[in-house]
Amino acid sequence: MKALLFAFMLCATLARADVPAELEAREAGLAAQLRCVVCQNQTVSESNAPLAADMRREIRAQLQAGRSDADVVAFFEQRYGAFVHYTPPLRPSTWLLWAGPFVGAAAGLAALIAVLRRRGRQPVAAPLSAVDKARAERLLNEEALR
Amino acid sequence: MRFLLPLLAFLALAVVLGLGMGRDPRALPSALVNQPAPAIGLPLLHAPQQRLDTAQLRGQVWLLNVWASWCEPCRAELPALKVLATRDAVPLYGLNYKDRDAAARKLLAQVGNPYVASAVDTDGRVGMDFGVHGVPETFVIDAAGHVRLRHTGPVTAEVWRDKLMPAIRNVR
Amino acid sequence: MIPEVGVFALVLALLVAAVQAVLPLAGAHWGVAGWMRVARPAAALQCLFAWLAFACLVQAFLTGDFSVRYVAANSHSELPAVYRFAAVWGSHEGSMLLWQCLLSGWTLAVALCSRQLPPAYVARVLAVMGMISVGLLAFLLFLSNPFERLLPAAAEGRDLNPLLQDPGMVLHPPLLYMGYVGFSVAFAFGIAALLSGELNAAWARWSRPWTLAAWSFLTLGILLGSAWAYYVLGWGGWWFWDPVENASFMPWLVGTALVHSLIVTDQRGAFRGWTVLLAITAFSLSLLGTFLVRSGVLTSVHAFAVDPGRGLYILCFMVAVVGGSLLLFGLRAPTVRGGGWFAALSRESLLLANNVLFSAAALAVLIGTLYPLLLDVLGGDKISVGPPYFQAVFVPLVVPALMLMGVGTMARFKRSTLPELGRRLRWALAASGVSALLLAALLPRGGSTAWTPLSAFGLLLAAWCVCSTLAHAWQRLAGADDGGTGWRQHMARQPRGWWGMLLAHLGIGVFVFGVTLANGFESRRELSLALNQAVSVGGFTFELQRLDRSAGPNYDAQRGHVAISQEGRPLTVLRPEKRQYRAQGMPLSQAAIDTGLTRDLFIALGEPVDARTWTVRIQVKPFMAWIWIGCALMAAGGLLALTDRRYRATARRRQPAERGAAVLGHPQEVA
Repeated sequence: MKALLFAFMLCATLARADVPAELEAREAGLAAQLRCVVCQNQTVSESNAPLAADMRREIRAQLQAGRSDADVVAFFEQRYGAFVHYTPPLRPSTWLLWAGPFVGAAAGLAALIAVLRRRGRQPVAAPLSAVDKARAERLLNEEALR
Repeated sequence: MRFLLPLLAFLALAVVLGLGMGRDPRALPSALVNQPAPAIGLPLLHAPQQRLDTAQLRGQVWLLNVWASWCEPCRAELPALKVLATRDAVPLYGLNYKDRDAAARKLLAQVGNPYVASAVDTDGRVGMDFGVHGVPETFVIDAAGHVRLRHTGPVTAEVWRDKLMPAIRNVR
Repeated sequence: MIPEVGVFALVLALLVAAVQAVLPLAGAHWGVAGWMRVARPAAALQCLFAWLAFACLVQAFLTGDFSVRYVAANSHSELPAVYRFAAVWGSHEGSMLLWQCLLSGWTLAVALCSRQLPPAYVARVLAVMGMISVGLLAFLLFLSNPFERLLPAAAEGRDLNPLLQDPGMVLHPPLLYMGYVGFSVAFAFGIAALLSGELNAAWARWSRPWTLAAWSFLTLGILLGSAWAYYVLGWGGWWFWDPVENASFMPWLVGTALVHSLIVTDQRGAFRGWTVLLAITAFSLSLLGTFLVRSGVLTSVHAFAVDPGRGLYILCFMVAVVGGSLLLFGLRAPTVRGGGWFAALSRESLLLANNVLFSAAALAVLIGTLYPLLLDVLGGDKISVGPPYFQAVFVPLVVPALMLMGVGTMARFKRSTLPELGRRLRWALAASGVSALLLAALLPRGGSTAWTPLSAFGLLLAAWCVCSTLAHAWQRLAGADDGGTGWRQHMARQPRGWWGMLLAHLGIGVFVFGVTLANGFESRRELSLALNQAVSVGGFTFELQRLDRSAGPNYDAQRGHVAISQEGRPLTVLRPEKRQYRAQGMPLSQAAIDTGLTRDLFIALGEPVDARTWTVRIQVKPFMAWIWIGCALMAAGGLLALTDRRYRATARRRQPAERGAAVLGHPQEVA
């Protein structure tokens, strides 16, 4: 009886030792990238749904079989669609998604520069006298303090 | 004129939001539509020594219904399925999902068995291949072995008439 | 009886708001002083009735009146009193009433604190706010009545969602809504200015304190929401890029741009059209957030129960308010040109660059949040846009803005030159580099992890934010600009707005520091822990000493006692719980967190493996508290800045400002 218990505990410890730290990290990372299809507001790592538990098991099995991270993601995308991956795909239908913000920022900066240039075309003022210059400096410094 | 651009952009957004209100954000279409149906190869519920081989089902349009004895809507749809499948002569096969054999056989004995045969998917692996995310689900598979349609939820007479039969007729 | 009084109060509020929306506006248009004077009393009366209705609902909750449908759905006889109070805004109808009450409160505040503004302008502002109130009150009365009766009365309520039974529920929604609703003031100021044709620098000066107040409250609201999620959800995360979180973040980003853009318009009378567009956009995003949460178009853990009728109303309300204001903008803004001159390189232009980047960031969040809906509507395609997208897109847009933050404060107004900037910045640059290196060498990181390029850059950016702000402060305070006076006099001369800016910018540096370290050097493990078993995570030892049961007022729990020690020295005992709330039968994992200045220790129970073993989730997060401190500093900075006396003394300064504005702009007198 004792021997059986010991053997069981040994197996249990070995089973834990089967999963090296690096694989555990990859598993956690993948589970955090995938969306639970049942509890749709949680990642696969957070969800308590039975399907999420199945998916975590599947991720572990695939990683242990030597698959790459991209393979595992592709496995689930093939079965559940792009919905299951929190990173949206890069397809013609998502070009606007990926490029939109950067195009917007670039357009905004370009517009700003154009407007500033247009404003910048001002006639050059006549040079100030020494007294006026000192007065102007003092006034400008006051302004800069605001 | 360019000062009206923000208004136009907003109106476009409002249209999208308005149309979006008619959609269900939780509904998930099957990723397998027009793809080859995954192989099943699982033992049958009433004949464990035999296996369900989808290759043998080529040449006919058939339905795969994912069910379990612990699922209340599945129990409710079984009688309707039996009647409708027999009436319209559509071969109906079952995938018993993450269930216990004894409970499954007992349910079919009680309520009636609408399936030509039911395959036993104890760990849900084949269900995962089919992209199953809840029970019940029903797949329409054509003669070439491709998935044509997936219906999530129980099959009622309306669903059969308005969704499944048109799809079946389409591929026949 | 009391609930009916509540309904009656809402009806009265609606009538008063309708008067407040129409009469003062007409009075301002036709110059009838009597009609304009109706605005202030109407605002006060509307506020009174709205809060009376709120008091009636609070009374119904505190007494457990389950004959009111809303109370029966959100309360329970065993619910502690403080959560009965918080349950008032626990679901859609009550939170909508809170929205309205806060709007009435802001309206009253504007009415009371605007003695020095021209009467016609105040009349228009209050009228615009009255219009929004009319929309909300009509929504409340006809589609979301919190006082609807349930007959026969329920014997027992369905209890407040256990996730909401937390101190966070008492503070987070009110503060958040204060921010959302607060942007309606800036909005109303802008619309009133567009309506009157007097969109000038004075308008910007008047708007600034109100915008700062709304922005500060929104900052606090978002901070509390994140902290609450961190403490409650059991996963150790604090920001999930969830659609409802994004809905609160977008007004914040645009609000930040607005706060900075108002400086340019105030100082130079320039970019008035752009600034008023930002003001309209900030409030529009608040309304959009309300729509997203309550209409059901997006799935979210925060979403209220869905009702398509309500969603449609909010959408129509949005089209009316936002569409109307953008139409007004389109028609009136082209006539608003000009403004003071400033060079292509100056503090003004850098402030505007900040605007462009923050607006682009808000656009990124908007696109990411709505894209799944767009694709679904266009083709039935279903994708998910989650944290990986937002991190990839948002961070590159905001980082340049943070880098410019240090440069902008050093730049002079009107004109700055590169050599001069370089001179001012070189100390800040050197200090950032040195402090980043020192921190990198000295910081405790749990020993195992090395610096990645990303975390190194984050540390440098945080150091830059702090050092450039401190360098700017040094130069301002120690600079010999007015020769001879000492530190104390220098410090006393600085306006509160400047101190507020310092605090807020320092807060950003602290925030970036916290995020970099908490994300980059987090140690986490998920494992099975048996009684008397110890495990080492992140340099700390966690040992499960005891498992027992506990009970609260409305829940039963299984509890673990975990002793934490570091290098043999015992530190503390944490007690995570797995609670079962009796009313709804809902299980909830209550994490135990030990917060420290240099690290957070986080432990949550998962599932029981057997009588002596549980799966647990353990995380060690370095400098996690600095995230909250940074945000709190930002809010504090905003609140400090709005008390600047320059905003209060506008009565005396009004004449010169208006004259100046008349020179700078082209005010059109539209009667």
